[in-house]
Amino acid sequence: MRRVLSPVPVAILCVVLALVALLAYGLSQNEPDRSVEDALARGELEQAPALELPKLSGGGEGSLADYRGEVVVLNFWASWCEPCREESPLLQRWHKRMAGRGGTVLGVDVLDVTSDAQDFIDEYGLTYPMLKDKAGDALEGFGVVAYPETFVIDRDGRIRAVRRGPVDEAFMRTEVAPLLEET
Amino acid sequence: MRRTAATGIALLALLAPAPAAFAQDCPQTTLGDIEDEVMCPVCGTPLGLATEAPQAQRERDYIQSLIDDCRSKDEIKQALVAQFGEEVLALPGDEGDDDLGDVLVYVIPALGILLAAGGIAFAVVRWRGAGPRGGGPAPAGAADSSRVDTDMERYDL
Repeated sequence: MRRVLSPVPVAILCVVLALVALLAYGLSQNEPDRSVEDALARGELEQAPALELPKLSGGGEGSLADYRGEVVVLNFWASWCEPCREESPLLQRWHKRMAGRGGTVLGVDVLDVTSDAQDFIDEYGLTYPMLKDKAGDALEGFGVVAYPETFVIDRDGRIRAVRRGPVDEAFMRTEVAPLLEET
Repeated sequence: MRRTAATGIALLALLAPAPAAFAQDCPQTTLGDIEDEVMCPVCGTPLGLATEAPQAQRERDYIQSLIDDCRSKDEIKQALVAQFGEEVLALPGDEGDDDLGDVLVYVIPALGILLAAGGIAFAVVRWRGAGPRGGGPAPAGAADSSRVDTDMERYDL
Protein backbone atom coordinates (compact mmCIF):
# COMPACT_ATOMS: atom_id res chain seq x y z
CA MET A 1 0.00 0.00 0.00
CA ARG A 2 1.37 3.40 -0.92
CA ARG A 3 1.86 5.69 2.05
CA VAL A 4 0.93 9.33 1.47
CA LEU A 5 3.12 11.88 3.26
CA SER A 6 1.16 14.35 5.35
CA PRO A 7 1.48 17.94 4.06
CA VAL A 8 2.64 19.62 7.28
CA PRO A 9 5.99 17.81 7.61
CA VAL A 10 6.50 18.28 3.86
CA ALA A 11 5.81 22.01 4.20
CA ILE A 12 8.20 22.30 7.16
CA LEU A 13 10.86 20.40 5.23
CA CYS A 14 10.42 22.74 2.26
CA VAL A 15 10.74 25.80 4.48
CA VAL A 16 13.91 24.43 6.12
CA LEU A 17 15.41 23.60 2.71
CA ALA A 18 14.53 27.07 1.44
CA LEU A 19 16.21 28.67 4.45
CA VAL A 20 19.34 26.56 3.99
CA ALA A 21 19.44 27.52 0.29
CA LEU A 22 19.02 31.18 1.22
CA LEU A 23 21.85 30.93 3.75
CA ALA A 24 24.12 29.28 1.18
CA TYR A 25 23.28 31.96 -1.37
CA GLY A 26 24.01 34.72 1.16
CA LEU A 27 27.34 33.18 2.08
CA SER A 28 28.33 32.83 -1.57
CA GLN A 29 27.41 36.46 -2.24
CA ASN A 30 29.58 37.63 0.66
CA GLU A 31 32.67 35.99 -0.72
CA PRO A 32 35.09 38.78 -1.61
CA ASP A 33 35.92 39.22 -5.28
CA ARG A 34 39.50 38.10 -5.76
CA SER A 35 39.56 38.14 -9.56
CA VAL A 36 42.45 40.62 -9.56
CA GLU A 37 44.66 38.30 -7.51
CA ASP A 38 43.55 35.32 -9.62
CA ALA A 39 44.52 37.13 -12.82
CA LEU A 40 47.89 38.15 -11.38
CA ALA A 41 48.52 34.57 -10.26
CA ARG A 42 47.88 33.41 -13.83
CA GLY A 43 50.34 36.00 -15.06
CA GLU A 44 47.59 38.03 -16.74
CA LEU A 45 47.52 41.80 -16.50
CA GLU A 46 44.00 43.20 -16.38
CA GLN A 47 42.97 46.77 -17.01
CA ALA A 48 42.05 48.59 -13.84
CA PRO A 49 38.31 49.30 -13.62
CA ALA A 50 37.25 52.81 -14.57
CA LEU A 51 37.19 55.13 -11.59
CA GLU A 52 35.62 58.58 -11.64
CA LEU A 53 34.77 60.31 -8.38
CA PRO A 54 34.47 63.80 -6.89
CA LYS A 55 37.66 65.34 -5.60
CA LEU A 56 37.77 65.28 -1.81
CA SER A 57 38.58 68.97 -1.65
CA GLY A 58 35.65 69.80 -3.95
CA GLY A 59 36.07 71.41 -7.34
CA GLY A 60 34.89 68.76 -9.74
CA GLU A 61 35.62 65.20 -10.59
CA GLY A 62 38.83 63.26 -10.87
CA SER A 63 39.46 59.92 -12.50
CA LEU A 64 42.03 57.22 -12.81
CA ALA A 65 42.16 57.94 -16.54
CA ASP A 66 43.61 61.39 -15.73
CA TYR A 67 46.82 59.60 -14.73
CA ARG A 68 47.20 57.39 -17.80
CA GLY A 69 50.89 57.25 -18.65
CA GLU A 70 51.86 57.44 -14.98
CA VAL A 71 52.45 54.75 -12.39
CA VAL A 72 49.57 55.05 -9.92
CA VAL A 73 49.52 53.72 -6.39
CA LEU A 74 45.77 53.67 -5.83
CA ASN A 75 45.06 53.62 -2.11
CA PHE A 76 41.58 53.10 -0.58
CA TRP A 77 41.46 54.50 2.94
CA ALA A 78 39.27 56.17 5.57
CA SER A 79 39.99 58.40 8.53
CA TRP A 80 38.41 55.95 10.99
CA CYS A 81 40.68 53.14 9.79
CA GLU A 82 43.55 52.61 12.23
CA PRO A 83 45.88 50.68 9.87
CA CYS A 84 45.53 53.58 7.41
CA ARG A 85 47.36 55.77 9.93
CA GLU A 86 50.22 53.32 9.94
CA GLU A 87 50.83 53.50 6.19
CA SER A 88 50.06 57.15 5.47
CA PRO A 89 53.56 58.56 6.19
CA LEU A 90 55.05 55.87 3.93
CA LEU A 91 52.65 56.68 1.11
CA GLN A 92 53.46 60.37 1.39
CA ARG A 93 57.19 59.59 1.27
CA TRP A 94 56.72 57.44 -1.83
CA HIS A 95 54.53 60.05 -3.47
CA LYS A 96 57.43 62.47 -3.22
CA ARG A 97 59.86 59.86 -4.54
CA MET A 98 57.62 59.11 -7.52
CA ALA A 99 56.63 62.67 -8.32
CA GLY A 100 59.62 63.42 -10.54
CA ARG A 101 59.56 59.99 -12.19
CA GLY A 102 56.10 59.81 -13.66
CA GLY A 103 54.28 58.34 -10.70
CA THR A 104 51.76 59.34 -8.07
CA VAL A 105 49.80 58.09 -5.15
CA LEU A 106 46.06 58.53 -5.63
CA GLY A 107 43.98 58.31 -2.48
CA VAL A 108 40.31 57.35 -2.40
CA ASP A 109 38.60 58.27 0.85
CA VAL A 110 35.77 55.82 1.34
CA LEU A 111 32.56 56.05 3.43
CA ASP A 112 33.93 58.86 5.51
CA VAL A 113 32.97 62.24 6.90
CA THR A 114 34.76 64.83 4.77
CA SER A 115 35.88 67.00 7.68
CA ASP A 116 37.37 63.93 9.41
CA ALA A 117 39.22 63.03 6.21
CA GLN A 118 40.52 66.57 5.89
CA ASP A 119 41.78 66.47 9.50
CA PHE A 120 43.53 63.19 8.73
CA ILE A 121 45.19 64.70 5.65
CA ASP A 122 46.34 67.72 7.62
CA GLU A 123 47.63 65.56 10.47
CA TYR A 124 49.86 63.51 8.17
CA GLY A 125 50.65 66.31 5.72
CA LEU A 126 49.42 64.32 2.73
CA THR A 127 49.88 66.15 -0.55
CA TYR A 128 48.83 63.52 -3.06
CA PRO A 129 45.51 63.84 -4.91
CA MET A 130 42.44 62.58 -3.12
CA LEU A 131 39.04 61.48 -4.38
CA LYS A 132 35.94 60.88 -2.26
CA ASP A 133 33.84 57.75 -2.66
CA LYS A 134 31.05 58.64 -0.29
CA ALA A 135 28.86 55.59 -0.87
CA GLY A 136 31.59 53.07 -1.65
CA ASP A 137 30.55 52.76 -5.30
CA ALA A 138 34.07 52.06 -6.53
CA LEU A 139 34.76 49.26 -4.07
CA GLU A 140 33.03 46.46 -5.96
CA GLY A 141 35.03 46.90 -9.14
CA PHE A 142 38.29 46.49 -7.24
CA GLY A 143 36.97 43.87 -4.83
CA VAL A 144 37.75 46.07 -1.84
CA VAL A 145 36.29 44.68 1.37
CA ALA A 146 38.56 46.14 4.05
CA TYR A 147 40.77 49.16 4.54
CA PRO A 148 43.35 50.03 3.56
CA GLU A 149 43.77 48.32 0.22
CA THR A 150 46.26 49.39 -2.42
CA PHE A 151 46.51 48.68 -6.15
CA VAL A 152 49.63 49.36 -8.19
CA ILE A 153 48.70 50.41 -11.72
CA ASP A 154 51.21 50.68 -14.52
CA ARG A 155 51.52 53.35 -17.21
CA ASP A 156 49.12 51.44 -19.45
CA GLY A 157 46.40 51.35 -16.80
CA ARG A 158 46.90 47.68 -15.90
CA ILE A 159 46.88 46.35 -12.34
CA ARG A 160 50.32 45.01 -11.51
CA ALA A 161 50.06 44.33 -7.76
CA VAL A 162 47.58 44.36 -4.91
CA ARG A 163 47.99 44.71 -1.17
CA ARG A 164 45.00 43.96 1.02
CA GLY A 165 46.09 45.70 4.21
CA PRO A 166 48.67 48.39 4.91
CA VAL A 167 51.60 48.68 2.51
CA ASP A 168 55.16 48.61 3.75
CA GLU A 169 58.53 49.66 2.42
CA ALA A 170 59.29 46.19 1.04
CA PHE A 171 56.05 46.10 -0.97
CA MET A 172 56.70 49.53 -2.44
CA ARG A 173 60.30 48.66 -3.37
CA THR A 174 59.32 45.35 -4.92
CA GLU A 175 56.13 46.32 -6.71
CA VAL A 176 56.35 50.05 -7.42
CA ALA A 177 60.02 50.92 -7.92
CA PRO A 178 60.52 48.64 -10.98
CA LEU A 179 57.50 50.13 -12.73
CA LEU A 180 59.01 53.59 -12.48
CA GLU A 181 61.88 52.34 -14.65
CA GLU A 182 59.49 51.18 -17.38
CA THR A 183 58.72 53.63 -20.12
CA MET B 1 29.66 97.60 47.06
CA ARG B 2 26.02 96.83 47.68
CA ARG B 3 25.09 98.55 44.42
CA THR B 4 27.59 96.43 42.48
CA ALA B 5 26.19 93.25 43.98
CA ALA B 6 22.66 94.34 43.13
CA THR B 7 23.69 95.13 39.56
CA GLY B 8 25.34 91.71 39.30
CA ILE B 9 22.24 89.93 40.55
CA ALA B 10 20.07 91.89 38.12
CA LEU B 11 22.33 90.95 35.23
CA LEU B 12 22.24 87.27 36.24
CA ALA B 13 18.47 87.41 36.41
CA LEU B 14 18.37 88.81 32.89
CA LEU B 15 20.75 86.22 31.50
CA ALA B 16 19.31 83.19 33.27
CA PRO B 17 16.32 82.58 30.98
CA ALA B 18 18.45 82.77 27.86
CA PRO B 19 19.75 79.15 27.90
CA ALA B 20 16.25 77.85 28.60
CA ALA B 21 14.84 79.79 25.66
CA PHE B 22 17.70 78.53 23.51
CA ALA B 23 17.00 74.95 24.54
CA GLN B 24 13.34 75.36 23.64
CA ASP B 25 14.30 76.45 20.10
CA CYS B 26 16.53 73.42 19.68
CA PRO B 27 14.76 70.38 18.10
CA GLN B 28 14.40 67.50 20.53
CA THR B 29 16.55 65.14 18.48
CA THR B 30 18.47 62.33 20.14
CA LEU B 31 21.21 60.07 18.91
CA GLY B 32 19.15 56.97 19.72
CA ASP B 33 16.27 58.31 17.68
CA ILE B 34 18.41 58.71 14.57
CA GLU B 35 20.51 55.56 15.05
CA ASP B 36 17.52 53.38 14.25
CA GLU B 37 16.78 55.16 10.99
CA VAL B 38 20.20 55.29 9.39
CA MET B 39 22.72 52.69 8.32
CA CYS B 40 26.34 52.14 9.20
CA PRO B 41 27.49 51.92 5.55
CA VAL B 42 30.60 49.86 6.28
CA CYS B 43 28.89 47.42 8.65
CA GLY B 44 25.85 47.00 6.40
CA THR B 45 23.54 47.14 9.44
CA PRO B 46 21.43 49.86 11.01
CA LEU B 47 23.68 52.12 13.05
CA GLY B 48 21.86 51.15 16.24
CA LEU B 49 23.04 47.55 15.82
CA ALA B 50 26.64 48.40 14.94
CA THR B 51 28.26 48.55 18.33
CA GLU B 52 32.03 48.35 18.06
CA ALA B 53 32.89 49.28 14.49
CA PRO B 54 35.12 52.37 14.36
CA GLN B 55 33.22 53.77 11.38
CA ALA B 56 29.98 53.44 13.34
CA GLN B 57 31.51 55.29 16.24
CA ARG B 58 32.67 58.11 13.95
CA GLU B 59 29.22 58.30 12.41
CA ARG B 60 27.69 58.58 15.90
CA ASP B 61 30.14 61.34 16.81
CA TYR B 62 29.22 63.16 13.62
CA ILE B 63 25.49 62.85 14.36
CA GLN B 64 26.06 64.01 17.93
CA SER B 65 27.95 67.07 16.69
CA LEU B 66 24.97 67.92 14.46
CA ILE B 67 22.57 67.42 17.36
CA ASP B 68 24.74 69.75 19.45
CA ASP B 69 24.41 72.27 16.60
CA CYS B 70 20.63 72.11 17.08
CA ARG B 71 19.96 70.44 13.73
CA SER B 72 16.61 68.75 13.24
CA LYS B 73 16.28 65.05 12.43
CA ASP B 74 15.62 65.76 8.75
CA GLU B 75 18.59 68.10 8.53
CA ILE B 76 20.82 65.49 10.12
CA LYS B 77 19.63 62.85 7.67
CA GLN B 78 20.30 65.20 4.78
CA ALA B 79 23.80 65.85 6.12
CA LEU B 80 24.40 62.10 6.36
CA VAL B 81 23.23 61.63 2.77
CA ALA B 82 25.66 64.35 1.68
CA GLN B 83 28.47 62.45 3.38
CA PHE B 84 27.58 58.82 2.63
CA GLY B 85 24.97 58.84 -0.15
CA GLU B 86 21.34 57.70 -0.16
CA GLU B 87 22.27 54.22 1.05
CA VAL B 88 22.80 55.61 4.54
CA LEU B 89 19.03 55.92 4.99
CA ALA B 90 17.61 52.78 6.57
CA LEU B 91 13.90 53.44 6.07
CA PRO B 92 12.30 53.00 2.65
CA GLY B 93 10.79 56.27 1.45
CA ASP B 94 13.26 58.43 3.35
CA GLU B 95 14.79 59.49 0.03
CA GLY B 96 11.60 61.45 -0.59
CA ASP B 97 11.01 60.18 -4.12
CA ASP B 98 7.98 58.06 -3.10
CA ASP B 99 8.51 55.49 -5.82
CA LEU B 100 6.70 52.18 -6.16
CA GLY B 101 9.61 50.28 -4.61
CA ASP B 102 9.10 52.06 -1.30
CA VAL B 103 5.51 50.78 -1.17
CA LEU B 104 6.37 47.29 -2.35
CA VAL B 105 9.01 46.87 0.31
CA TYR B 106 6.22 46.91 2.90
CA VAL B 107 3.50 45.21 0.83
CA ILE B 108 5.48 42.17 -0.34
CA PRO B 109 6.52 40.92 3.13
CA ALA B 110 2.95 41.44 4.39
CA LEU B 111 1.59 39.43 1.45
CA GLY B 112 4.22 36.77 2.05
CA ILE B 113 3.22 36.44 5.69
CA LEU B 114 -0.47 36.24 4.77
CA LEU B 115 0.16 33.59 2.11
CA ALA B 116 2.36 31.55 4.44
CA ALA B 117 -0.22 31.70 7.24
CA GLY B 118 -2.97 30.70 4.80
CA GLY B 119 -0.87 27.85 3.46
CA ILE B 120 -0.10 26.51 6.91
CA ALA B 121 -3.75 26.77 7.96
CA PHE B 122 -4.84 24.94 4.79
CA ALA B 123 -2.24 22.21 5.34
CA VAL B 124 -3.28 21.72 8.98
CA VAL B 125 -6.96 21.46 8.04
CA ARG B 126 -6.21 18.91 5.33
CA TRP B 127 -3.91 16.93 7.59
CA ARG B 128 -6.51 16.67 10.36
CA GLY B 129 -9.18 15.78 7.84
CA ALA B 130 -7.05 12.96 6.44
CA GLY B 131 -7.15 10.91 9.67
CA PRO B 132 -8.34 7.28 9.87
CA ARG B 133 -11.59 6.81 8.01
CA GLY B 134 -14.70 5.06 9.27
CA GLY B 135 -15.11 7.03 12.50
CA GLY B 136 -12.81 5.08 14.81
CA PRO B 137 -11.70 1.52 15.50
CA ALA B 138 -13.73 -1.39 14.20
CA PRO B 139 -15.91 -3.10 16.83
CA ALA B 140 -14.40 -6.14 18.44
CA GLY B 141 -15.70 -9.48 17.26
CA ALA B 142 -17.35 -12.10 19.51
CA ALA B 143 -14.15 -14.11 19.75
CA ASP B 144 -12.21 -11.06 20.92
CA SER B 145 -14.83 -10.21 23.54
CA SER B 146 -14.81 -13.76 24.83
CA ARG B 147 -10.99 -13.72 25.09
CA VAL B 148 -11.02 -10.45 27.00
CA ASP B 149 -13.61 -11.82 29.43
CA THR B 150 -11.48 -14.93 30.00
CA ASP B 151 -8.37 -12.82 30.64
CA MET B 152 -10.18 -10.58 33.10
CA GLU B 153 -11.46 -13.56 35.03
CA ARG B 154 -7.99 -15.05 35.11
CA TYR B 155 -6.49 -11.91 36.59
CA ASP B 156 -9.43 -11.38 38.88
CA LEU B 157 -10.05 -7.85 37.67
